[in-house]
This record gives sequence, C-alpha cells and structure tokens, in this order.
Amino acid sequence: MFVNFFHELKNANLPVSLREYLTLLEAMDKDIPNRKVEEFYYLSRSTLIKDEKNLDKFDQVFGHVFKGLETLESDEIAEIPEEWLKTLNEKFLTEEEKQKIESMGGWDKLMEELKKRLEEQEKRHEGGSKWIGTGGTSPYGSDGYNPEGVRIGQKENKNYKAVKVWDKREFKNLDKDVEIGTRNIKVALRRLRKFARDGAADTLDLPGTIKNTADKGYLDISLVPERRNKVKVLLFFDIGGSMDMHVKLCEELFSAAKTEFKNMESFYFHNCLYESVWKDNRRRHTEKIDTWDILHKYSSDYKVIFVGDASMSPYEITYPGGSVEHWNEEAGAEWLQRITDIYQNVIWINPVDTKHWEFTPSTQIISQIISDRMYPLTLDGLDKGMKELSRNK
Amino acid sequence: MKFEGTKDYIATEDLRIAVNAAVTLERPLLIKGEPGTGKTVLAEEVSKALKMPLITWHIKSTTKAQQGLYEYDAITRLRDSQLGDEKVKDIKNYIKQGKLWEAFESDERPILLIDEIDKADIEFPNDLLQELDRMEFFVYETNETIKAAKRPVVIITSNNEKELPDAFLRRCFFHYISFPDSETMEKIVDVHYPKIKSKLVSESLKVFYELRDVPGIKKKPSTSELLDWLKLLMNEDIKPEMLREKNASNLIPPLHGALLKNEQDVHLFERLAFLARRENG
Repeated sequence: MFVNFFHELKNANLPVSLREYLTLLEAMDKDIPNRKVEEFYYLSRSTLIKDEKNLDKFDQVFGHVFKGLETLESDEIAEIPEEWLKTLNEKFLTEEEKQKIESMGGWDKLMEELKKRLEEQEKRHEGGSKWIGTGGTSPYGSDGYNPEGVRIGQKENKNYKAVKVWDKREFKNLDKDVEIGTRNIKVALRRLRKFARDGAADTLDLPGTIKNTADKGYLDISLVPERRNKVKVLLFFDIGGSMDMHVKLCEELFSAAKTEFKNMESFYFHNCLYESVWKDNRRRHTEKIDTWDILHKYSSDYKVIFVGDASMSPYEITYPGGSVEHWNEEAGAEWLQRITDIYQNVIWINPVDTKHWEFTPSTQIISQIISDRMYPLTLDGLDKGMKELSRNK
Repeated sequence: MKFEGTKDYIATEDLRIAVNAAVTLERPLLIKGEPGTGKTVLAEEVSKALKMPLITWHIKSTTKAQQGLYEYDAITRLRDSQLGDEKVKDIKNYIKQGKLWEAFESDERPILLIDEIDKADIEFPNDLLQELDRMEFFVYETNETIKAAKRPVVIITSNNEKELPDAFLRRCFFHYISFPDSETMEKIVDVHYPKIKSKLVSESLKVFYELRDVPGIKKKPSTSELLDWLKLLMNEDIKPEMLREKNASNLIPPLHGALLKNEQDVHLFERLAFLARRENG
C-alpha cells in the first residue's frame, strides 16, 4: 500500500525494516489513525523511526512522498478565492495594467510564472514553518490589488491553515550531522571504551563464590581482577592560525575526551606535525617535547587522534623547511608517516565541513598519508572515527 | 479504549497516537526526550486514564534482565539446608518473581513501565527481546513456562545514555517528547496550578523561555523545573511586576535556584545580567 513511501525511506538511508512496515500496515488495518493525514503521519513516524536524530530526515521524505496531501477543510477554503479574486482583480486593475499583464503572456501565464516563483521561494526556505513574504523580491508591481499580492496572500493563508506538521521540521536540530555538544561527544567517544579485567585478582566475585560454594558444599571464595578501561589515547591538537575559528568545538571535544579516558596524553602542534610538540600552549617555545621521545615512550597499542583543519600550504607538509614557524629538517609528511607506521589506529578529526575538503590540497595530502582515515567533527564523523579506532587489525 | 490525556497530563496529538498504537497492537512503546518532560509520568497517567494497574521496574546500572523474570535465591536455600528446614525440599520456595513475571500473571491487563532502560548494561535490551516479543519465558529450576494471560502494555523510557540495539528498536513504537511550545506549556501550567494568576504565568513563561535561550547554558531548565519554580513564586507571593522589572537592580529572576541547577550556569547568568546592567547604566 505504501511500498513507494517505504522505499523512499530506505533510499534516504533511514534504518527501516520490513517488520516495521508490516507493523504499520497492521496498525492501519486496526484503524488507529482516524483517516486524517496528520494522524497517519504520527503513526508512521512512531512505527518506522526509532531515533530522534532521524526524525528530521523522515519529515523531509514524508513531505516529498505525500506532497500535495492535505486535509479536506483547508482545501475548501483554498478553492474559493482563486476565481473570486481573479474577478476582483480585473475589476480594480486599470486598462494599462491589464495590457501589461497581457504582454507578459496573459493572466494564466502570469499566474503560472508566479506559482513557479513561489515554489522556488519555498524550496529555498526548505519548507520552513513560516512562509516568507515576497513583496520586496517580486519583480511584479506591489500595489495592493495586483495579482501577485493577492496570490501570495492566499497562498500564505492556505499554507498557514494547513501548516503541515512534517513541513515544520521541528526536529531539525536533532539531526546527528548538525548538533554537537560536550555530552554528545562523550557518548560518541564512549564507543572507544573497552573494559577488561587485568592485573591482580583482588575483588570478590560474588556470583562465582556462591556457585562454587553451592557446588562444593563448603565456603569457597573466588576473586577476580577489577574491571578497568583499557583504552589508551594520544591526542594531537592543531592550535593557532586557521584553527582559531574552531576553538570552541575543539574545546568541547577536549573536555569530553578528558573525562572519558583515563590513559590520555594530549599534545599541541601547529598546522602539521614536525620534530617537536608541546603540552602547554603558553610556553610553546620553551618547553618543547621531541616527537621521537613520544614515539619511543608510548607503545604501539595507543590510539592516535589528530585534531586539525589540515588547511595549509602543501609545502608545509611535503618539503623539509616548509614550516611557517621554524626550520624543519624533515618534512611533515615523514613525521605523519612515522606515526601511521608505528600506531595501528590513527584517525584525523577535521572541524572543517566535509564539502570543503576536496578544494584544499593539503587536506587531500594528509588524508592520503593517513589512508583516508579523516573524519569531520560531527557526531556522525566522530562515531565513524571511533569505530575505526576500535578496530583491531 | 483510547488514551486522550488526563486532567493532570496534557498529551499532544502525536503522543496520543503513539500510545494508542502501542496499546492496540500490543507492542512496547519507547519514550525518549529531554529530562523533565514527563516520560515517567506518562506511564502513570496512562494507567490512570485506562484504569489499568501499573507495575514499575526501575533500571539501574547493575540491573540484569534475568532479575525482571525471576531470581533463584541460592544463599537462603543453602542456609536452610544446613538448618534442616523443611522448605528446602521444594525449589519453588526459593524462586523470587521479578516484575515481568508479576505483569504476566496479573489478573487485569497491566501497564509495565521499564524506567530508564539505558542505565543498564548494553546487552540488557537484547536479553529481553524474546520475553517482550512472545510475552513468555521459561523457568529452568521448576521446568515451567510462564506465559502472559493478557499481554501487558509495555512503556519503556530512555535518556539516551546508550544506543539501543536495532533488533530491539524494530519491535517498539517510538515517541520523542519534544520540549513543549509556549502554548502547550501554558496548558500544562494551567493543569498543575489552576489558581495561578494568568499574568504571573505569562510573565514567568517569558522569563523561562528567555533563560532557555541564553547561549552556552549547560543544563536548560525543563518543564518540571518550571513547575517547581511557579510553586515557589506562588508561595512567596511574588508579584508579576517583579518578574518584568528589567531595569536596574534585579536582572536575575527571583528564586532562580529552582531553574538553574548548576553553579556555572548561575555564574554565567549573573555575568550576563551584570553586563546588561552596565549597558543600561
């Protein structure tokens, strides 16, 4: 019955399954929605969508598939004015204006044109909750009785009455590609946690003790090691220059990461990794740490996360002496290569929007060096990055 | 049997449909939303409206799925056996029923609230799949199958601390309680404090939404905090005019402690208030 709708949802990469579709049909069969499109919308939403971050995508697909579907009452109101207003307009338009209209291809053509224009307008605003008036942008006249004015008014009215719930897109800011806050980051980072029992057996294993006691008939105490988070992380932050606009996002990421991992070491670098990094940005020139020391000190089971916009001149990566701040003996690319050789799990998190990546050569070079493990600083990107990091090779 | 909200609970249309779908099709209903938007209260109100008994199962980080079915109390049995108690002969004496069992055996069709399912271990929902789907489980100790006579209405709440497994989600209806707009909010306030002066309500709602819009605030005040605050305002008999006083001395709303629960937020707000005052002066 709604196979088309179902396929559209599937095509929009929403996780819908046949089972949920059958549930929806079952609910339709039992007459749960009261033959009103809004109720059908609510029902299908609660049946097919199980995560608030997908609600916005669902609204868009629903609006697209059931375009033009509105409840009856609003249609009745919308039907009357078109003819009525037409006559009204003809009554009030001067001869001159009428001719102007004629020259543009007649009334119908004009209406058609206008309709198209209105649709464009709506599309640009992506069906927002409020219809934006076009008085100023219309190339047509703006006197009270001209067709555009009336048409617009009517359209607004119609839309307002029908304010389609799915067109309101209330859940836009829950879409996972958009919002990111400390708490959300924490949830994403939590993927990395890997608890393991390791070390001395010093905690009482209560179920084990009971089981053994019951089995043997005497008190037999068993102990297990405590559960600890085993994940170790090295964090490299790009700081200064083009990163300044992303400071807030990075701060959030950093504060979330700090509480999430026990074994986390963080270092700063500028633009690209070279032979030294620093821990405190205020004393970056006096207290430098040799990158070799880091490579020697932290074992290969550390997971490495770079955070940086990877936007610089390509020379800064590929040529010795390319750094903007000092003379580097070896090219940044070599240092990055060393890191990826030693550590299995390396990702680069980039606060710049993905769509700009292909226009920045340096981003592409770095992405190539770390074998395409670059992710945007969105929840989705973090999620994918964490998945990559927790992979065992 | 239709749920239409109650006199103490304003249910939006989408919520009503989700509840009715879950009740009619006998599938669990998963409720998510900001803290304090009335997720847990919903189950209580549905139980009141549909006159069904409510069985609540609060989930903690240590809760295991098995505890909802039954627990076998081996320690008591061991002790009884050493004391030579007669009870020890029958293993049934040591099986403790869980909430699910209780719900399955209830005479009337009950509502089972599984509260804050995301607090438990990540495997917890998967362990309950079969039980919630078929509404039956097997007790190994006594070799019997417990089957629900009347399938309970299952309402599950989650605070989004953990992702729930897909297989589990596929079996549920889902509803996200979004934060009420000011119109719905006025209705909610009206239901809770019918005697409150309407002027006070609109003034305080204004302050409330302004506060929610302060950029960088860590914990946005929610419905339940607004209701607490109104109660305090009424108790102290604060005049609506006092809330409107935006000029000099008090830019911080009176009794703000009920709304802001985090000292960083209070500091942030005080700082903003200070800046605003300086601009005005």
